[in-house]
Amino acid sequence: MNNNLIFRLDGISLIIYLALVCIGLINIYSTGYSEELIVLWNLENPIGKQFWFFVVSLCLLPLVLFIKPNFFDHLSYLILFISLPIVLIILQPDAGSALVFLGLFFVLLREGLDLRIFYLGLGMISIFIFTLLFDPLWVSICCLALILISYGIIKNNQQRTSKTPFITLMGLCVLFSYSVNFIFNSIFEQRHRDRFNIILGLETDTRGIGYNINQSKIAIGSGGFSGKGFLNGTQTKGGFVPQQHTDYIFTTISEEWGFLGSSSVVLLFTALICRVLIRAERHSTTFPRAYSYGFASMLFVHFFVNIGMTLGLVPTVGIPLPFVSYGGSSLLAFSLMLFIYLNFDANRLS
Amino acid sequence: MIRKIVLLSITLGSALLFLVRLTTLQLLDTEYSEISLNNAIEKRPIYPTRGLIYDRNGALIVANQPVYDLMVIPENSAAFDTLELTQLLSFSKDELEIQLKKAKQYSRKLPSVIVRQVAKEERAVLQEKLWKYPGFYFQKKTVRDYVIPIAANVLGYTSEVNPNEIRLNESYDLGEMIGRQGIEKTYENQLRGEKGYAYYQKDRFNRIIGSYENGDFDQKPKSSDDITLTLDATLQLYGEALMQNKRGGIVAIEPSTGEVLALVTAPNYNPNILVGRTRTKNFSALLQDTVAKPLFDRGLQAEYSPGSPFKVLNALIGLQENAITENTVFSCNQGHYYARGAFMKCHCAMGTQNNLFEGIYKSCNSYFSKTYSRILDGAENSAEGMDRWKSYLNRFGLGNYLGYDLPIGKKGFIPGSTYYDRVYRKGAWSAPTVISNAIGQGEVLTTPIQMANFTAAIANRGYYIKPHFTRLNNVMLRDSLYPKNETGIDSKHFETVVDGMHQVVEVGTARIAKIKGIEVCGKTGTVENFIRLDGEKTQLTDHSIFIAFAPKENPKIAITVFVENGYWGSRWAAPIASLMIEKYLNGEVQRGWLEDRMLNGSLQEEYDKPLSGKPFAINE
Repeated sequence: MNNNLIFRLDGISLIIYLALVCIGLINIYSTGYSEELIVLWNLENPIGKQFWFFVVSLCLLPLVLFIKPNFFDHLSYLILFISLPIVLIILQPDAGSALVFLGLFFVLLREGLDLRIFYLGLGMISIFIFTLLFDPLWVSICCLALILISYGIIKNNQQRTSKTPFITLMGLCVLFSYSVNFIFNSIFEQRHRDRFNIILGLETDTRGIGYNINQSKIAIGSGGFSGKGFLNGTQTKGGFVPQQHTDYIFTTISEEWGFLGSSSVVLLFTALICRVLIRAERHSTTFPRAYSYGFASMLFVHFFVNIGMTLGLVPTVGIPLPFVSYGGSSLLAFSLMLFIYLNFDANRLS
Repeated sequence: MIRKIVLLSITLGSALLFLVRLTTLQLLDTEYSEISLNNAIEKRPIYPTRGLIYDRNGALIVANQPVYDLMVIPENSAAFDTLELTQLLSFSKDELEIQLKKAKQYSRKLPSVIVRQVAKEERAVLQEKLWKYPGFYFQKKTVRDYVIPIAANVLGYTSEVNPNEIRLNESYDLGEMIGRQGIEKTYENQLRGEKGYAYYQKDRFNRIIGSYENGDFDQKPKSSDDITLTLDATLQLYGEALMQNKRGGIVAIEPSTGEVLALVTAPNYNPNILVGRTRTKNFSALLQDTVAKPLFDRGLQAEYSPGSPFKVLNALIGLQENAITENTVFSCNQGHYYARGAFMKCHCAMGTQNNLFEGIYKSCNSYFSKTYSRILDGAENSAEGMDRWKSYLNRFGLGNYLGYDLPIGKKGFIPGSTYYDRVYRKGAWSAPTVISNAIGQGEVLTTPIQMANFTAAIANRGYYIKPHFTRLNNVMLRDSLYPKNETGIDSKHFETVVDGMHQVVEVGTARIAKIKGIEVCGKTGTVENFIRLDGEKTQLTDHSIFIAFAPKENPKIAITVFVENGYWGSRWAAPIASLMIEKYLNGEVQRGWLEDRMLNGSLQEEYDKPLSGKPFAINE
């Protein structure tokens, strides 16, 4: 059975994982490089720490794999009890943590969340962004028009259609679009407002609050097709991008390895997430499936927010790129999540 | 299943969004590469060291030496012992404070100069204490080092470019050195070379953190060219010594090549005083000396009446125009009446009968006045004769710029018929009106280098080569740049004149210039001169002039010596010229007594006379 386990292992996911960690190590080395050789296993510098955390993670791999899947199932209540207080972090004014929890909508969606709530959420986000860009009056008018059109279409197809949800929806949209400015100005903190303003192009500032995103774009843009080469990134060497070995590691990859490197990382993540999603669906029991969806969801949110942030598509939120960014606990946690997923996946048929 | 597709499509959609964004950023936009270069790469010029300057025998005259600018970056600076710093560099505390304030106003992050051009000895003392002064450091620069401190007038000087020059020529950077005068200016491009560039990686604080790509993109500077002058350093040094405490100039030319062997102007200055921290002070002192004018090159820029040496040219023109022959005899009775009631004095005895040969070595005024009259009267009218006479002189290089390779000069003046038509009235003048030109005292003006040049033309028996100050190794280029300029006077006419000039030294006015074993040909001059003193035309002591070449056959050196207010040509100019010739041809001077007299002789008393405000006597 143990021999079989090796064969039943999701090799592709494991290979993608190893590739991403190696890409991470190479680029963390590059950000810390300054004309002198850095010893890989020296704990004094980031690359050394990351390397040792990787080694520890790999040592945990067989341990995690040999644990019986039931163990996690049974233990889940205990873990829930212990870790429930962690949820309180959401009360902290920290966008990153909130987003991570929000990411669990993958699971909810799979396990029966009403799609309408999902669409409502999407709609609210759209209204929020459009109201920041345009006048609330126009946004309201557009919303009303859209809702009326969809009401018309649905009414044509179905005989009996209730008007109430549509009227409620219309009221909600108008109310929300007029309250956006209040939320934005009174509830958000200045740093959040700045981040939105920069992303939406409402303010241009490349020296103060827009410095990060501008330097990040310069680093990525100057990489070109094949990049400047390993250890040759001028933006990286000059330390122009802050937090480059952690949250902004993607800029180093893009600068030194060019479009080839950056698109590879995007494709690797997409492949891993899709693979997890597809494999998760094959579970017959809820727990491993929900777990796998949760894992994919975590990966997705980190991937989307982090890369989106460096590309200037998403407001700045300080969360790492899984497996790649420097950070021992992050690497260890994501590795464990992956290994548990692998365990569930390998033991699916047993 | 639809839910699974929703999730997958969200993932794939995000990936697609990112790929599109990456494509536009990395593949379509090119502006980011440029921004990144400006951001992180610093291009710094590398200057080749300025070319060296040698004399004709390969002796190094001008080299380079390091000096150090004391720089400060205000941001990195902290409180320090100002007293010690000012004492070490011997400058005042106020000055230091002004400079520090300026530096702060300019930029807190960028370096500013606090003290310019600190000599290496001073720097050595401060360097070991520099740790006490955070934010201060030395920046090396090279400036000129005059190994043999001579010929400041020929070499010129260098100084930092000013903002105006940078606007005109963008290849200069602030702080770079540029040639200001003389050889340094004329040959700026050769001496400067072409600067290269080094690329450096900067960090986000604009600090250099290393070379970019191990210097693969660096461009090496094109090294500068060295220049070999035609000057003979020994002769130049000797000439400068002979001229000390006098005013005037010496120009020595090698007749066969037109190469200038020495160009001395007096008073002069030591070129090393225009280097280093005291440069500005010294330069304004030179500039403000409007009495002795040390920056005025008397060899090139001073226009004097040529005096008696000019008679030689009139003799040659007379011969060529058939106004006289070598056997023509004119009488002189202590002078002659050149017009009714107008008498020109001469030192010949009553009843002297001079032929051309005698006319030259006795320097007979009457002889050349009569020759000059015949030149003008021989033509259809005086105007035509005058213009023909002028054209001969122009072909001797007079009345216009010579075109040598130094940036300064004067035309001198040769009057023509248009000039006299304007001064008098058309047709209202004739030979007697302008008779002073016959003896080089009239409207004619020449510079010492022009006189040396026509002396060389006489030495060559009919042609001259444009005087120049640098030697060219390329024979083709040299011949095309410096062709023979024919004077238009047949070489046969020169023999009598040259014999006459030889006789001047043998038995004539310049016997003091005789050198044992060398046949010297020369002609003295004693030139009346006037200045305006308190609004009145005042005559000063005559200028002492001598032109000469030697040896008589196959001449090696042609020389003009001009000593302001030295009285007789034979008193100062002839001995100095003679010593120069002896030094150049024999390598050493036998006549120690004459050498001492010239070296130690001073005319300062003479120059002080018009400034004293008291009545004074001249020609003593």
